Amino acid sequence: MRFIKNRRTLITGASFLFFLLLPLIASALGDAYLVTLFTRILIYALAAVSLDLILGYGGMNSLGHTAFFGTGAYVVGILAFHIQEETLFLSWPIELSGSSNAILVWLLAVLFSAFMSGLIGALSLRTTGIQFIMITLAFAQMLYYLFVSLEAYGGDDGISLWARNKLPIFDTADDTSFYYLCLGFLVIFVFLSYRLVHSHFGRVIRGAKQNLQRMQSLGFPIYRYQLVCFIIAGAGAGLAGALMANQSEFVSPGLLHWTHSGEMMIMVLLGGMGTLIGPILGATALLLLEEFLSVYTEHWMAFLGPFLIIVVLFAKRGLYGLLTGKEVNDE
Amino acid sequence: MLLFIEQLFNGLQLGVMLFLMSAGLTLVFGIMRVINLAHGSLYMMGAYIAATVVQHSGSFILALLTALAATALLGMLIEVIVLRRLYKRDHLDQVLATFGLILFFNELTRIVWGRQPLFMDVPGWLSETIEIIPGAPYPSYRLAIISVGILAAVFLYLMFTRTRLGMKIRAGAANREMVAALGVNITLLNTLIFGLGALLAALAGAMAGPILAVESGMGESILILTFVVIVIGGIGSIRGAFIGAILVGIVETLGKFALPLLLRLMLPPASADGTGASLASMSVYILMAAVLIWRPRGLFPAHD
Repeated sequence: MRFIKNRRTLITGASFLFFLLLPLIASALGDAYLVTLFTRILIYALAAVSLDLILGYGGMNSLGHTAFFGTGAYVVGILAFHIQEETLFLSWPIELSGSSNAILVWLLAVLFSAFMSGLIGALSLRTTGIQFIMITLAFAQMLYYLFVSLEAYGGDDGISLWARNKLPIFDTADDTSFYYLCLGFLVIFVFLSYRLVHSHFGRVIRGAKQNLQRMQSLGFPIYRYQLVCFIIAGAGAGLAGALMANQSEFVSPGLLHWTHSGEMMIMVLLGGMGTLIGPILGATALLLLEEFLSVYTEHWMAFLGPFLIIVVLFAKRGLYGLLTGKEVNDE
Repeated sequence: MLLFIEQLFNGLQLGVMLFLMSAGLTLVFGIMRVINLAHGSLYMMGAYIAATVVQHSGSFILALLTALAATALLGMLIEVIVLRRLYKRDHLDQVLATFGLILFFNELTRIVWGRQPLFMDVPGWLSETIEIIPGAPYPSYRLAIISVGILAAVFLYLMFTRTRLGMKIRAGAANREMVAALGVNITLLNTLIFGLGALLAALAGAMAGPILAVESGMGESILILTFVVIVIGGIGSIRGAFIGAILVGIVETLGKFALPLLLRLMLPPASADGTGASLASMSVYILMAAVLIWRPRGLFPAHD
């Protein structure tokens, strides 16, 4: 037991150290692209950890998580758009202009994503199982079509940002600083999630995953617990989306496309469901794999598909389970 | 008014397509309890095979038959290689594995047929228009789709209620173990049902070929509408699938046509068109949300 505990700490520590030192490695190798690539990895890792809260801990199989990721990104995009066009975001009942203040914009992105996940979650959680999967997928697709139809905000083409959102003191335009900012957000989110899943709330959520009826008959209002969990996950994805919009300085409906939700699910599964470090490893592995395969063939998806099927059928415990060598789910 | 009737028929035509898709999917779920995202890929494969055969032979009927047979075989092959291993697993595994199938098939079509969409001609003997009511010419090809869809619905109804195979399928949906204990080969039955679902998807795909562009990923937008149909109709119910499909088809088509016009009565034209388009793209999902609030299990839930 003691050995396993150590191995876990070792993996967590090693990953953290690796991410901390990455910009140094990149500059030693003289490859600035690595920092950009790993910023994307950190952002997807954040989204994947938030998805794992509902998927791995809550047992809510949402296939629409990218809806909140995209919502967060679009909050950034739309507010930047109004600054760039020098128009008002809202002229009635109160006058509101766009903004490029990171603290304000990101907070709004998180709040609005949380609001959307509350709305979608409240409806979707009326169902379970297979219907829940289909409904979350359908609502995400609804938002996708909504943004496609918004001609004012570029429709299919999306919005290009002129610059990243600005923070006081901190220079977000610098890639390395932005990398550390994303790392900081990821560490904070993982820490908060750790506290959450080990709290009373987290135990109820995990109990509901194992046996819904039993938790209900114990008197827990499971619907409310699940909804809160869904909202927290949505807020996390919204933050990731806001960061993504800043990293690529571009938002488009493509961010809300349903295959994106599928990719986030793959990250969680590949890394290890029901763990907090797993999704980070999964996001790293998947994005590196994509990067690697696309060097050799433009048809890398033809390899990724069968690979995914094999992982599902034979390696359910994911990378984290493989590395720690213990059943993932019984923390 | 004439335009309205034309749009109504277009809605009916989309609804019939959605029925062909959702009947197969809802059967597969109702009986095997497996969610199959790759159902849209079977639709796409049906369309590609039909388009290819038409290009080489020029015969639409031959293309249709080849597409149906080949896709049904492909469906059964998928069932034997992948799906069969997933029946006992949880839904998440099924989603991910069938997502893997989608990635594979989308890329496969790009490798075999290239990135450019294929175009399929409407067969000559169906390229005329027919006046449904005086003054409203309507393409006879679309009328043919509607007829084929309704024929398929009648065929499925008769098969389920009047034949031995249909009885076994219904029994299998009600209680797998019991049916297996009575000596029915459930494994074979599952493969056959999956083949039937694939065949229906290919029928929809091959007939959609002349209307839409045949391209990689074409199965996904209809797959998601199919999910909406199944959620509205109730999982596992063919009757629910039929009513849900017609409802979704008509709401989707009429929404795009009527909402901007309705809003023009209240708003200036430019913003009416914009808001109308946004609302129309959301209309079926709003319908789904409304049904969910009213009946969380859909209109005609098949199981308990």
